[in-house]
Amino acid sequence: MQNILEQIGIENYIYLSVLLFCIGAFGVLYRRNAIIMFMSIEIMLNAVNLLLVAFSTYHQDAQGQVFVFFSMAVAAAEVAVGLSILVSIFRNTGSIDIDNLKNLKG
Amino acid sequence: MEKNLALVLVLAPFFGFLANIFFGKKAGKGFVGLLGTLSILISFFATTYFFMQIQSTGKPIEVKLFPWIALESFQIDMSFLLDQLSVLWLLFVTGIGTLIHMYSISYMHDDENMHKFFAYLNLFVFFMITLVMGSNLLVMFIGWEGVGLCSYLLIGFWYKNQDYNDAAKKAFIMNRVGDLGLLIGIFILAYVFGSLDYHLIARDIFSQELSATDSALISIAALCLFIGATGKSAQIPLYTWLPDAMAGPTPVSALIHAATMVTAGIFMVTRLNFVFDLAPNVQTIIAVIGAGTAIVAAAIGLVQNDIKKVLAYSTVSQLGLMFLALGLGAYEVAVFHVITHAFFKACLFLGSGSVIHALHGEQDMRNMGGLKKVMPITFWTMMISTLAISGIFPFAGFWSKDEILMTAFHGNTILWVVGSIASIMTAFYMFRLMYLTFFNDFRGTEHQKKHLHESPALITIPLVILAILAAVGGLISLPGNSWLNHYLAPLFHKAHEAHHLDGTAYMLMGIATVGALVGIGMAYAKYLKKQEVPEQDSEITGIAKVLYNKFYVDEAYEMLIVNPLYKLSHFFRKYIETAVSELLFGLGKVTNSIGNQGKLVQNGSVGVYLFAFVLGLSSILIYLFLV
Amino acid sequence: MSILTIFYILAAFTLATGFLTVVSKNPIHSAIYLVLCFFSVAGHYLMFNAQFLSLVHIIVYAGAIMVLILFTIMLMNLNKENEPNKNLLSKISAAIAFGLLGFVMLATFIKTMPIIDTYKQSGQDYQSIKVLGKVLLNEYMVPFEFASVLLLVAMIGAVLLSKKSTSIQ
Repeated sequence: MQNILEQIGIENYIYLSVLLFCIGAFGVLYRRNAIIMFMSIEIMLNAVNLLLVAFSTYHQDAQGQVFVFFSMAVAAAEVAVGLSILVSIFRNTGSIDIDNLKNLKG
Repeated sequence: MEKNLALVLVLAPFFGFLANIFFGKKAGKGFVGLLGTLSILISFFATTYFFMQIQSTGKPIEVKLFPWIALESFQIDMSFLLDQLSVLWLLFVTGIGTLIHMYSISYMHDDENMHKFFAYLNLFVFFMITLVMGSNLLVMFIGWEGVGLCSYLLIGFWYKNQDYNDAAKKAFIMNRVGDLGLLIGIFILAYVFGSLDYHLIARDIFSQELSATDSALISIAALCLFIGATGKSAQIPLYTWLPDAMAGPTPVSALIHAATMVTAGIFMVTRLNFVFDLAPNVQTIIAVIGAGTAIVAAAIGLVQNDIKKVLAYSTVSQLGLMFLALGLGAYEVAVFHVITHAFFKACLFLGSGSVIHALHGEQDMRNMGGLKKVMPITFWTMMISTLAISGIFPFAGFWSKDEILMTAFHGNTILWVVGSIASIMTAFYMFRLMYLTFFNDFRGTEHQKKHLHESPALITIPLVILAILAAVGGLISLPGNSWLNHYLAPLFHKAHEAHHLDGTAYMLMGIATVGALVGIGMAYAKYLKKQEVPEQDSEITGIAKVLYNKFYVDEAYEMLIVNPLYKLSHFFRKYIETAVSELLFGLGKVTNSIGNQGKLVQNGSVGVYLFAFVLGLSSILIYLFLV
Repeated sequence: MSILTIFYILAAFTLATGFLTVVSKNPIHSAIYLVLCFFSVAGHYLMFNAQFLSLVHIIVYAGAIMVLILFTIMLMNLNKENEPNKNLLSKISAAIAFGLLGFVMLATFIKTMPIIDTYKQSGQDYQSIKVLGKVLLNEYMVPFEFASVLLLVAMIGAVLLSKKSTSIQ
């Protein structure tokens, strides 16, 4: 099979990743709902993963994909812990508005 | 075998120190005394073995432990050298050390800190052995500093008395001044020769022509080393600590401040004789300072009333005579006097300690007298030593002092005259001490009189041994047929013309003896026949007052050095210190207020953090790629 | 339909669902959009011929993570539009961040573009599951094991954190 990068070019993937990453960053800043912020972070992670795979294909090196694999493992762990923190916050304050967490500062 | 034995020789006192300092208090006084004495005795036996070895083979033994500092072209080993000089020194350090430890068992028995005392004494012997055995200047310097430390600890041993603490500090600080000179000397030698090993320095000096710069540097080095020696061996201008050092317990005065540590300067000059031979100007300075110290200290000693102060000034005076000999290049003569002096001065100090012990701490001779009948052993041993120090035939001091004066006569007549006057004074004040202490009637309190007693055997045995040595010690170097000169000959690279037993020599001996007898006669007339007792402090007038107050040297130092230093430090305290601390506090305040403002940034809002993160990331990218 | 067209459609779909995720008022809708977004990213992986990653991505993200998030949303009964509006300042800052970050990254890329070589295919197999497994279990053996430890720790942590604690108070 012909490789995809010969027809599409790496630069298109870079544009796509950058835009996806920016959408994620925008979401984190724009929303106050902690769960949506979580999802935005996942979007940012996915943008990076996509770029890693693109360059892995570009260099024809499996290591980039291995890194994506690890990044997924970390993301899964992060989501599990983060969501359980959110659950306990919700239990204590009755909302998941991120501004309620201001009083966590020292 | 030899390496191990040398290690035993060095480390036995150190183990004694460790055991005494850590377990001494629990183990009890008997154990402490026994262990302290035995550890020195072991060293003494090891030294005896080495002495026999060197006596038979004549070859120095070098024990290399490990390289200590190794730079590219400059190496200092932790190594020991056992040659004629160091073994000789070790013999009397450990020998007299053993006797004095034995003496201390009884003398310090009532002290609550006896274990500490023995620990410090053992540590002192350890450092002294290091000083003597080191095969290079840096190892010697370890010992040099170590004995200074022990001297400080032991002078201030009764630390509850503030005067004693001050004396200890004075000794330490004065030694520091000298040590700086010594260090600079060592640095210069290291710079010139690229090594500090005695053998290598000597080899370099004899194997190659020295440039003019090097010769000048060596002269400066010799002068600096001599300044170090004036500190440790109590010469003008750094001698004032030694009389004050008598604040320590009497065995300490005997061991450290009479017999061993104060001779370290003489040891060092003798060890580096090849360096000093290259600097005739410095040798002249040494001789003049030695003669000056001899007469000044003797003059002060004439009128002192504290029995230990008299002996202290006598020590300073005798050390001056030794330096006179060193300055004239007669190293073996100085070594000879060091040995005989160690015998009789240790004996005198221990004897005075015995007297003080009997009188429960009384040191003023005006409150003594008539002790001859009560303390016969102390009296007779001290009498022998007094005769020896006064230079009466045939006791040890006669031979050694006579050799010094003979050397001085051949070197410079003025020095000879000064040395002779100092000897006459020595005879006078020593017999003054004897008459005031042992003759006539007892002048102390009734309470003291009731308790007068001869000291126990542990005190008298060392006295007797030392007195015997003081009597016959002169045999090791009889004029004309000197075992000592022959023994030490391999050390000296410049041949000395031996003094023949001719008419001049006999004449000089005669003059010296007559001089000593004159001194004794004056003391006899004044203190035994007229039974005079020195006046109370307030009644002293005239020259005697100047002498009694030690030429006001302490006061002059106080005025010229100590007070300006205090003023300077007050100035620094008041202005510089304030300025510096204000500056620092100001910096602290600035940081504090910045922090107070800065913590507002941490407002807990995730949005602000994220925005800052985006800004930071953007600026890093801009800096890295877009600028 | 060329591959480029497929890419454009897929990319547009990814960006659109991503953007809708961020701006939807209802969290349930956001989650649904996010699932679609993940599926499109998996489609990108497939286009790279990275089958293993594509499958893992669907299983982990769309299967596990999104189910977890949806469960949480429903558990907390958050599926109503109760979010108060953020103030203007934070909206402006979000827009600035979006613009600045996009601009800077794109500019960086365009500036560094000349050093990127054109793509040349070597013909080697480098991303089949077999090769990936070899790389993962040879060179990356230790990190692989640590990843398992990490997941275990995260599991314990999640259980502990979300447990209704009676000991406190």
